[in-house]
Amino acid sequence: MRALKCRECGREYPLTANHVCEFDFGPLEVVYDYERIKHSLTREMIQSRPKAMWRYRELLPIVGEPTVGKQVGFTPLVKAERLAKRLGIRELWIKNDTVNYPSLSFKDRVVSVALSRAKELGFDTVACASTGNLANSVAANAASAGLRAYVFIPSDLEQGKIMNSLIYGANVIGIKGHYDEVNRLCAEIAGKFGWAFVNVNMRPYYAEGSKSMGYEIMEQLDWQVPKHTVVCMASGSLLTKIQKSYQEFTKLGLVDETEFLIHGAQATGCSPISTAQKAGLDFFKPVKPNTIAKSLAIGTPADGFYALKVMKETGGSAEDVSDDEIRDGIRLLAECEGIFAETAGGVTVGVAKKLIASGKIPANDSAVLCITGNGLKTLDALNGTLGHPREIKPSLREFEALVANEVKAN
Amino acid sequence: MAKKIRIPTPLRKLTNNEEVVEVDGATIGDAITELQSRFPGIKERLVDEKGEVRRFVNVYVNEEDIRFLQNQATPLKDGDEVSIIPAIAGG
Repeated sequence: MRALKCRECGREYPLTANHVCEFDFGPLEVVYDYERIKHSLTREMIQSRPKAMWRYRELLPIVGEPTVGKQVGFTPLVKAERLAKRLGIRELWIKNDTVNYPSLSFKDRVVSVALSRAKELGFDTVACASTGNLANSVAANAASAGLRAYVFIPSDLEQGKIMNSLIYGANVIGIKGHYDEVNRLCAEIAGKFGWAFVNVNMRPYYAEGSKSMGYEIMEQLDWQVPKHTVVCMASGSLLTKIQKSYQEFTKLGLVDETEFLIHGAQATGCSPISTAQKAGLDFFKPVKPNTIAKSLAIGTPADGFYALKVMKETGGSAEDVSDDEIRDGIRLLAECEGIFAETAGGVTVGVAKKLIASGKIPANDSAVLCITGNGLKTLDALNGTLGHPREIKPSLREFEALVANEVKAN
Repeated sequence: MAKKIRIPTPLRKLTNNEEVVEVDGATIGDAITELQSRFPGIKERLVDEKGEVRRFVNVYVNEEDIRFLQNQATPLKDGDEVSIIPAIAGG
C-alpha cells in the first residue's frame, strides 16, 4: 500500500481515514506497489497459508498483520451441475458466500479489512450505513474485536437482519427512510463524529476487501479467470472489485491473461445501473427503490459509473428481475444445489437465467455466479409463498393415506 | 439570509471551517454562485466545466436529492436546508 489516489483526477493523499478527493469529490482508491508484490507473492506462497481471505494479504490494504476477521473468506466454489442443466449452460459455478464467516454474507470480507485498518489508525468506535448485511458484519466483528459499534439501517428492514445486529450488542439506529437517506445522514454524522465509518471515511480500505472473493474464485478454478461472472449490484462496488481482482492476478502473473466478461444483476424495483447499461448510457439516473431485494436497494449507487464502465470494457451485460423472479431464483438455487440464498442471490440467479436464455452468456460457455448472502436473513421475502407443512397425527395409517393420496394425484 | 447550506468536511478549508453557511439565492444555482463570491474556488469543486453538478457530488434540499427536483433550478425558500454530500459506498 503506497497512497490513496483520486479515481477522477489522480491526486494522491496520505493513507488516513479519508474517502473523498477535496477537489472533485472523486472516490479515493488504494495504490499498491505491484512490482514489489510481484517478487514476493507466488501461488506456492498463497497455498501455504491458512484457508481464509488473508492468504492474499499483500493485495489487501493494511500495514501490519490482520487483527479482525482472521478466519473470514475462502468460502466454497460449488460446481452447480443441476442448476447448469436447468439454466441451459455447459458449466456453472456458485461462489457461496452464504456461509461466509462469521455473519453469513460477503460483507465480512470488507469489514475484516476496514476494522483491521481502523485499529491500525487508532479508532475505538466503528460505524456503518447499511441495508442489513453490512450492519450484521460490523456488529459481529466489532464485538469480537472489542470495538464500540454504531450501525445505521432503514427502519423497515427484515426482522432477521435487525436481530442479527442487535444480538452482538451494537448500537442499532433505525432511520425512517430508505438506504440513500441513511447514507446521506451517515455522511453528515461521519463529518461530525470522529468514528471509523467503514463505508464512508474507511471506504478506500473497506472496498478492497471485496477483491478477495475474486482471488478465491481464480484459485479455486485452478488459477484461471472465469469466462463469465455474474455479480449483483447495489452500489456497484463488488462488481468493480471483481474486475480489479482478475486484473491484478493477471498483472502479477498468477493467472494467464484471458478474455473475461463481467455481468451485473439488479432488481427491477431498483435498477438504475442495469437500466442505464441496457440503454447504452455511461451515466445513471437515481431512483427511489421498491423491491424485496432490500440489500440491493440503493437508488443512488456510488460506484454506478464505474460498474457501467467495467461492463462496457469487458463486454458484459446487465439485466434485472421482478420480485417474483427473485423468489423463483432463490427456490431454483435451493432446489438444485441445496443453497439457500437471500434475495440478492435470487436476483443473481434470475439474471443469469435471463442472460443465458438471451445468449448474452452463450450456452457452451462457463460462468460463475457470486452469491453474496444467506436466505435465513430474509425469510420475510418468502412469507406465504412456500406453502405449509402437511400435518398429520402420529399415526402410520394417516401417513400411508397421505402418500396414497399423493400417488393418486400424480 | 435564511437558507442554510451545510458544508461537507472536504470543503471546509475553503469556508474557514464554517460548517453552516447562510445564503439568500433563490435557486440552487444562485446559491452556488453566491458561495463562489464569498469563498472563491468552491464552485469548481461542485460543478464541472460544462456547468453540471459533478457526478460524485450529491446535493439535497431538505433531504431530497435535487435530481428528483429541478437540479440547479430547484427553488429555495426561507428556512430551507441544503446538504452537499459526496457519494458513498454500498452496504
